[in-house]
Amino acid sequence: MINQELKTKYWNQNLKYLQILLLIWFIVSFGAGILFVDFLNNFNLFGFPLGFWFAQQGSIYVFVILIFIYVRLMNNLDKKYNFDKD
Amino acid sequence: MSVQTWTYIIVGLTFALYIAIAVWSRASSTKEFYIAGGNVSPLANGMATAADWMSAASFISMAGIISFSGYDGSVYLMGWTGGYVLLALLLAPYLRKFGKFTVSDFIGDRYYSNSARLVAIICALIISFTYIAGQMRGVGVVFSRFLEVDINTGVIIGIVIVLFYAVLGGMKGITYTQVAQYCILIFAFMVPVIFISIQITGNPIPQLGMGDTVINENIYLIDKLNGLSTELGFTEYTKGNKPMIDIFAITLALMVGTAGLPHVIVRFFTVKKVKDARKSAGLALLFIAILYTTAPALAIFARTNLIEIVSNKEYASMPNWFTKWENTGLLHFEDKNNDGKINYVADKSINELTIDNDIIVLANPEISKLPNWIIALVAAGALAAALSTAAGLLLVISASISHDLIKKMINPNLSEKKELWIARISAAVAVIIAGYFGVNPPGFVAAVVALAFGFAAASFFPAIVLGVFYKRMNKEGAIAGMITGMLLMLYYVLKFKFGVFDGGEVSVVELKSQWWFGISPEGFGSIAMLCNFVVALITSKFTKEPPIEVQELVENIRIPSGVKEASVH
Repeated sequence: MINQELKTKYWNQNLKYLQILLLIWFIVSFGAGILFVDFLNNFNLFGFPLGFWFAQQGSIYVFVILIFIYVRLMNNLDKKYNFDKD
Repeated sequence: MSVQTWTYIIVGLTFALYIAIAVWSRASSTKEFYIAGGNVSPLANGMATAADWMSAASFISMAGIISFSGYDGSVYLMGWTGGYVLLALLLAPYLRKFGKFTVSDFIGDRYYSNSARLVAIICALIISFTYIAGQMRGVGVVFSRFLEVDINTGVIIGIVIVLFYAVLGGMKGITYTQVAQYCILIFAFMVPVIFISIQITGNPIPQLGMGDTVINENIYLIDKLNGLSTELGFTEYTKGNKPMIDIFAITLALMVGTAGLPHVIVRFFTVKKVKDARKSAGLALLFIAILYTTAPALAIFARTNLIEIVSNKEYASMPNWFTKWENTGLLHFEDKNNDGKINYVADKSINELTIDNDIIVLANPEISKLPNWIIALVAAGALAAALSTAAGLLLVISASISHDLIKKMINPNLSEKKELWIARISAAVAVIIAGYFGVNPPGFVAAVVALAFGFAAASFFPAIVLGVFYKRMNKEGAIAGMITGMLLMLYYVLKFKFGVFDGGEVSVVELKSQWWFGISPEGFGSIAMLCNFVVALITSKFTKEPPIEVQELVENIRIPSGVKEASVH
């Protein structure tokens, strides 16, 4: 029997993770790659203008990492609340 | 051996492989046909999703589009990858927990209404048909260019192959062929780019090579290309032409659209657990990212190469590939000032060379003087990309008809055996319709595909996200939202893409000044999506809250444990 309070707590923690991860998702793509691209292009990273790098490379790397962080966080959370059983 | 012999051998071998897999993985139940039995491993699902996702547009057109638009091309790179973050975090785990066969299943059950189900079915069909037409065209194009057969013959060969393994194997056959297709397409894409990266910068990793210095020159490749571009009157490569708001809107529309595409979403029904759904979304994006971080590198290498080879050179001294691609119409030279030289500049009135986007991927191995077998490999890779996506879409169409429409709405007493037959027949009919669109294409590949995203963004994404994250969302809200989103998107595309209300396609260019907020039809999906959200939320406030068992369903899909085997009921 899973009680209601545990479920709510689990869900709120999940929402908190989502907020943080989606904020990073927004910052690297829409922020660094679009809104602040001109400013960041003043900096150079290994031959790339930084804003351009975020738009065509960096954001994609961060996306991949974000999903794997999410997988990890949620697996731990499932375990903590004993929701990892079938 | 000649390119053509190599192409016959390599393409022939890959096709034999697909057919062998199809025979090995025949589907014997509806569960196998729709969701591959529900026990695909996360790794296999990740690869299959990547192949399902990367279409003819990703493989053939994307690098070229970036090559000729520089920074503006970033919308595709961020848009078509960033959507996976949304998919993994907001949709995939919950839909897997819900555990049915299709997206319309979710919409129909969550919004306890067959009208909602019907709206979802119609959206799924519009999206999938728009998208599949582009794929069949891609198949035809590849055949005609590499094997020098007629485009229509190419489309027909493609139809026969897809028909064979999709109709026979259903999702099970499709999944395992997609795994093979991913391996082929990624190998075919990477090999030539690695060679070119070494040729130009000496760095074997294209992602790093694009930021490296040019061999024997003390200058960064990107700076060199920026210099060459401005010299010829183009915008700097790393700066775009599009206004920021449009870049923002297009990127958002593509991201949200990606997350809302039914053929991508259903892939997450095929794994065993919620945990596996999350993990396979991560793996899928990893596999996709390999191509998506390489494409911008290829774009830079190829553009630099091209400018250096053709700009201001004698037409008579052009290499063989130049004439070959001129014959296909992808390259066109017109000596406007009769000096015998190729004047390739931004100014359209004096520019003498027009280049099709697709040439960057298709002709690049020849331009870089790579061996013949690599050229053949690219053909096989492009076919793998187009066929894998076409098959995934076919399944959505077939399941929409046999499962969602006939089994769930018209005849619930249908036996499983009959349903399986209907699924097969509708897949077969769908391939033939898709083939018709391939022969009589409604527009060029990338444009049509881009619109499908707008529709997915405007319809499914809000309905599913609200369905999971907002318990109070009811059927009235969801239906009103989806209909508003779809109609708005349809209106905008018809008006600004096809000029339907203002005298046909000739008027489209002038209408540009009337774009709402300066947003192009490609980016309008993001506005339509926002309208969907707003309409859905407001409508639901003023109508009855969903029944208690639906609220319990929402509670239930939020918790990963207790996943049942995906079942018919």
